[in-house]
Amino acid sequence: MVQTLYARYVMTMTNRALNAIFWVAPALVILLLTGPLLAGLIGVAAPAFGYFPTLGGVELTWDHLHKAMHVPGFWHSVHLSIWIGLVTTIISFVIVIGFFAAFWDAPFFARISRFVSPLMSVPHAAAAFGFAFLFAPSGWLIRLLSPWATGFDRPPDWLIINDPLGYALLAGLVLKEVPFLFLMCLSAASQINVDKRLKLARSMGYGRVWAWLTVVMPALYRQIRLPIFAVIAFSSSVVDVALILGPNLPPSLPVQILRWMNDPDIEMRFVAAAGAVFQLGATLVALMAWWLLEMLCSYLMRQMQSKGARHQNDQIVRQIFNIAMLAMVTISAASIVILGIWSVAGYWRFPEALPRAMNLMRWLDNASNLWGPSFNAIKIGVAAALISVVQTLLCLENEKRHDIRLTQSALRLIYLPLIVPQIAFISGISILLVRYGLDGSFWPVTIMHVVFVFPYTYLALEASFHDLDPRYMQTATALGKSQNRIFFQIKLPMLLKPILTALALGFAISVAQYLPTLMIGAGRVPTITTEAVALASGGDRRLIGIYALVQTLLPAVGFALALVLPKLLYPNKIYFSKQREA
Amino acid sequence: MAEHSLILKNLRISLAGDTLLDIDAEVAPGEVLAVMGPSGSGKSTLLNAISGFLSPRFSCHGQIILDGQDITHEDPSRRKIGLMFQEPLLFPHMSVEENLLFALPRGGSKQERCEKVREKLRAVHLEDLGARDPLTLSGGQQSRIALMRVLLSKPKALLLDEPFSALDVELRDRVRTFVFGLAQQNNLPVVLVTHDKADAEAAKAQIINLLNHK
Repeated sequence: MVQTLYARYVMTMTNRALNAIFWVAPALVILLLTGPLLAGLIGVAAPAFGYFPTLGGVELTWDHLHKAMHVPGFWHSVHLSIWIGLVTTIISFVIVIGFFAAFWDAPFFARISRFVSPLMSVPHAAAAFGFAFLFAPSGWLIRLLSPWATGFDRPPDWLIINDPLGYALLAGLVLKEVPFLFLMCLSAASQINVDKRLKLARSMGYGRVWAWLTVVMPALYRQIRLPIFAVIAFSSSVVDVALILGPNLPPSLPVQILRWMNDPDIEMRFVAAAGAVFQLGATLVALMAWWLLEMLCSYLMRQMQSKGARHQNDQIVRQIFNIAMLAMVTISAASIVILGIWSVAGYWRFPEALPRAMNLMRWLDNASNLWGPSFNAIKIGVAAALISVVQTLLCLENEKRHDIRLTQSALRLIYLPLIVPQIAFISGISILLVRYGLDGSFWPVTIMHVVFVFPYTYLALEASFHDLDPRYMQTATALGKSQNRIFFQIKLPMLLKPILTALALGFAISVAQYLPTLMIGAGRVPTITTEAVALASGGDRRLIGIYALVQTLLPAVGFALALVLPKLLYPNKIYFSKQREA
Repeated sequence: MAEHSLILKNLRISLAGDTLLDIDAEVAPGEVLAVMGPSGSGKSTLLNAISGFLSPRFSCHGQIILDGQDITHEDPSRRKIGLMFQEPLLFPHMSVEENLLFALPRGGSKQERCEKVREKLRAVHLEDLGARDPLTLSGGQQSRIALMRVLLSKPKALLLDEPFSALDVELRDRVRTFVFGLAQQNNLPVVLVTHDKADAEAAKAQIINLLNHK
């Protein structure tokens, strides 16, 4: 009797504790998303205007901003950032929207979609290396064409990669942003009734592409606006891809800031902070330019729409987007292949299409060097993904219990860490961490990763969580079960697939993080990504191939596990074998 | 008589000042109250109110009394009202047996619990299905298991939300007899939402017609 009473007491207390945790979760998330951001912005703004007592800065001054502005090539760097941010987004957006409009209900669409999700999980740095290996003057493409088509028997003296206007950087970014926007459009499309809208417009005689652009896109665009802003912010402030493909003299602004941060002259920290303030401005300008473009395009669309032209002959347009998308997928796939080839290449003379010998020598030589950074990446990635997914589930459950769905403005909060350029606030945080001696260890790096992983896990899980048939939960409640029990015994198992996919996505995002790992880790938490990017300047293609391939494989293993685990955990359950991929 | 019955005492549900429905009824144990009406007439609102899932946007006046207790504001997990929907909604990640074990109230050793479940299965001649994945069962079998699941949780009343409309005509009669028979055996008041007159007739139910208020 006493025992059962005690057991009951423990149960009530556990239930209360769980309820409290659910209740607290959203506040924690808000703190997590805005805390580092605010701290980082303060940590950047203060030294930028001269206030940083540790380094002897106690007066407010414009000097550091001036100093930054007068560094040779500074304005060129600023222009580069704005231009790359804007043009990358425009090209990626046009390719994705054009492809959706041209092929939405064609079988070709489904075939391409299957390729796009895995491409999304390829880390930026690995994709950039692959791109360089393909298109460099001594790259695979020219090797395949030489000497029979080009006549070259030595690599031409062209500056393709690291070109001063950043075209290579632009192309490398487009390669990664297209899959991202593609998946965002796909999930947005599932929330609006695309087929019905299309049928309606098509039955009025509108051509496929134009029907899609006029009746589907406006609704879809509203849903992908924040992801687009994230793309603008990311590409205008990207560091890792820029270190690999971007211009050198001068580099784009974020790379310049990183150089100042690492300058042996400690005074340059002030200039770096000033640069970060300019970076905020540059990203803001790119965002505003996009906003103007938005208005212009919607005005033009409305003008054209009301004329009522049907645009039935869209064969050429469809062909163009067919080619564009095929090229994208082919280049992306080829860049992974070429990474693999280089990683096992023996002697490989210039115009030859393939190395004369292939062996695992370099892999074996580097096995011991690979293990440490890979293990760090796995540790951080698993921790960050777990924390993010648990937080996400707690928040979603809390929303359900209080019958709320996030409003557009709350969503903006979740996107905030993706829309403020990383370099601008992470450098501020790292300055603060150094000040308190907290840099260079596991947890600060992991927490920083969570800030960037959480938005993705939240967006990935939100729809599946809300779409779960509420009658299952009502049935369980009517059977007398508490909300906490239902959460653990009904919701979590039923959502196993999307939860694992979100974990894999979170892991992939974390593994790919370069700047937060580098700056918060102060170089003392090397991961496969920081190590791979560090090889960029060296030019040892075999070694780069190995590191970039491992960097690509880690997230791939995560996604493979997410596919296999439900079938292992619940063998012979139809629910887990026939359920659509999340 | 009133002891085990379900009483809806001047139950009035409104949304933003508009009264959606206004009901005064008593369902005795073993009897069936059939709620009929076109879609949009508030049938599911009534079910939600009785089972405790009414969205806070609605306001609810009057009383719901079950077995002598006022449950109008009781937590849904403590109301002891069993629910059955159009689909059987067996939890797809559990086996048939696990579904039934989940419904059984706490207490007893694992063996005792399994024995209780098996006994229930035997009683309806489905003892071979315990280990099966619920999604491999036929529609009629799933419905019967779903009813067993509800009964194992020892409810004091049953709410049936169009439970037969997904079944084909031939099966419908058999499942109907089965459900109403067991409800009577267990002495449970039943509220049945349906738009099939035959359902109400088969149950010899008292009928409430909700009118489209719009």
